[in-house]
Amino acid sequence: MAHYLGIDVGSVSTNLVILDEYGDIKEAIYLRTQGQPIKAIQEGLKILSKNAKNWDIRGVGTTGSGRQLAAVIAGADVVKNEITAHAVAAMKEIPDVRTVIEIGGQDSKIIILRDGVVTDFAMNTVCAAGTGSFLDQQANRLGIPIEEFGYYALRSRNPVRIAGRCAVFAESDMIHKQQLGYKVEDIIRGLCQALVRNYLNNVGKGKEILPRVVFQGGVAANVGMKAAFEEALGMEVYVPKYHNVMGAIGAALLAKEANVERTKFRGFDASEIEFTADSFECKGCSNHCEVVNIRMEGKVIARWGDRCNRWKVIDD
Amino acid sequence: MRKVSFPYVGNATITFKKLMNAFGNEVVLPRRPTEETLSLGTKYAPEFACLPFKIVLGTYIEALEAGADTLVSTGGVGPCRAGLYTTLHEKILKSLGYEFEMITLEPPGRHLKELIASIKKLVNRRLTFADYYRIIRFVWKELQLLDKAEKLSHKIRPLEVKKGETTKTYRKCAELIAQAKDYKDLLEIEREIELLYEKIEKKDYDPLKIGIVGEVYVVIEPAANLEIEEMLGDLGVYAERSMFLASYTFYNAVMDLFRMPGERDVKKLASPYFKEMCGGHGRESVGNAILFAKRGFDGVIQLSPFTCIPEIVAKSILPKVCAEYDIGFLPVTLDEQTGKEGLRTRIEAFVDLLAAKRKHKAMNKKGDVVYGTLLGH
Repeated sequence: MAHYLGIDVGSVSTNLVILDEYGDIKEAIYLRTQGQPIKAIQEGLKILSKNAKNWDIRGVGTTGSGRQLAAVIAGADVVKNEITAHAVAAMKEIPDVRTVIEIGGQDSKIIILRDGVVTDFAMNTVCAAGTGSFLDQQANRLGIPIEEFGYYALRSRNPVRIAGRCAVFAESDMIHKQQLGYKVEDIIRGLCQALVRNYLNNVGKGKEILPRVVFQGGVAANVGMKAAFEEALGMEVYVPKYHNVMGAIGAALLAKEANVERTKFRGFDASEIEFTADSFECKGCSNHCEVVNIRMEGKVIARWGDRCNRWKVIDD
Repeated sequence: MRKVSFPYVGNATITFKKLMNAFGNEVVLPRRPTEETLSLGTKYAPEFACLPFKIVLGTYIEALEAGADTLVSTGGVGPCRAGLYTTLHEKILKSLGYEFEMITLEPPGRHLKELIASIKKLVNRRLTFADYYRIIRFVWKELQLLDKAEKLSHKIRPLEVKKGETTKTYRKCAELIAQAKDYKDLLEIEREIELLYEKIEKKDYDPLKIGIVGEVYVVIEPAANLEIEEMLGDLGVYAERSMFLASYTFYNAVMDLFRMPGERDVKKLASPYFKEMCGGHGRESVGNAILFAKRGFDGVIQLSPFTCIPEIVAKSILPKVCAEYDIGFLPVTLDEQTGKEGLRTRIEAFVDLLAAKRKHKAMNKKGDVVYGTLLGH
């Protein structure tokens, strides 16, 4: 049977998914990028290679902020932005979805769909409050494992109002409320409410949010955030089973839809190839672009980072 | 001899150089704005001044460092704060210790006397009426040619078979125009430009069409908008912007003299949504979006510098207008913090959205089931 590989390289996590030709999920891997995307992608491929004989990969799709890099390393047929990928995955899972709330490691987005077509979207521009990294950091500071963070919020009866306009102020406000002696549960629930308020005022501003609402991305695992969204919107919010790898699912679906004759997939052995990245400063003009070389066993196979594209063409 | 410099405005910079030379001045050519220019501008500008202010300030500093003693800029009558920018630039630069003269070209309608006085300062050679005629005819034609070369490039880029060929051709055209010495040269170059573009191998299909509206400087200067038109062209989209230098000069310099309000149609179109003028190009942004919709475009992108009030007003009106005309809308805010990759992600998603919408419409007409039309590509 034909299989399709989707890779989503984000700021916090790198996810890999294998779909069969009916679009069913056969394998889903969630790894921490930890600032080393090449390593994370190769690690993921290595895990998948254990069952390599089961997979007949006919197409590869990549997405996320590291999509170009993933495309070069794995050999991708489709390279798509994460907004389209998330929309495609949500539609596959819940065909009558009309709003997608996606909150990842460092960005958050809203996607509005009508009759199965994306009609509008927005991404956070100025503020990363309420995204995964910030919640991680706060959980750390309070000494609560991030997995349990949301359950604390559910136990609260009297949420404390936290200033959520800005991550820095939110944190100092939380500390202040702690010093005054409020319960941790109440502070956490208050924080979730503040972050939801922030999301709806920034990312969701001016958008018509209609059911069904699908909540995906790493933060969707946080039951406190889900409850806060339901409370603020006054409607049910659906969290899909594979909420944390939806981007990768979308990329795999797009690869399937692209229906290429011959995939560019390098094979799972790509985890054994040596990929390195180095950079140099271009002296062509006073932009001083940092140009990045991606090398496969020493040979440059891709380049980016220049504004004017003069380095894009690689001579053999 | 005066050493004149002025803000950088795309390829027209060369035309202004020729004009200033013809008037008997030496010219310190402003450099194409780079990261360094912007850093200089950001360092000395008030934090909440807009992107064009910062870029132009950076450009002035570079020009003064290179030996300019006269800066020429356009004025304005507000209420957009750009009308005060020249004065503010002058104050900031003088407080930094630079010595120079700032010459402001005010719009002729309300400040004809001041304008003539300013121009007199810039004419440092004996010129006859015939000379003036010759110079103006040349400059006007050159501006038109630059716009033409650029318009053609936007039209052809989404159709090109070999990636990058259009950009190369366009650069060659700009070079040819830069070398022109007189009117006759320009006429020859005009033919050559057409030929060069004809030679590019093209695909035959109907690309998505996106109109670009917004504040004039970020719309016209690619260095200020992260080369958004090239980005769109590479994605196979035909992008057309609402403002070009020649027409802009025409409406704001010539028509203003006869007290004719510029771009009347556009303002009239915008009037049901936007009754009051709010300065800058807020009203034009709305009117031009409607114009694009009427011409069958798929979407509109609005470019605005961060903190630009007229565009903020337009931004809150445009979603409603675009929904009524059933055309996609994407607002883009630009400042020194804007990253090209973030913009690319949004642009790609916007193009996917428009492609899906077009496909969806086509299928609806045929009466097919519409669920599941994910993408147009």
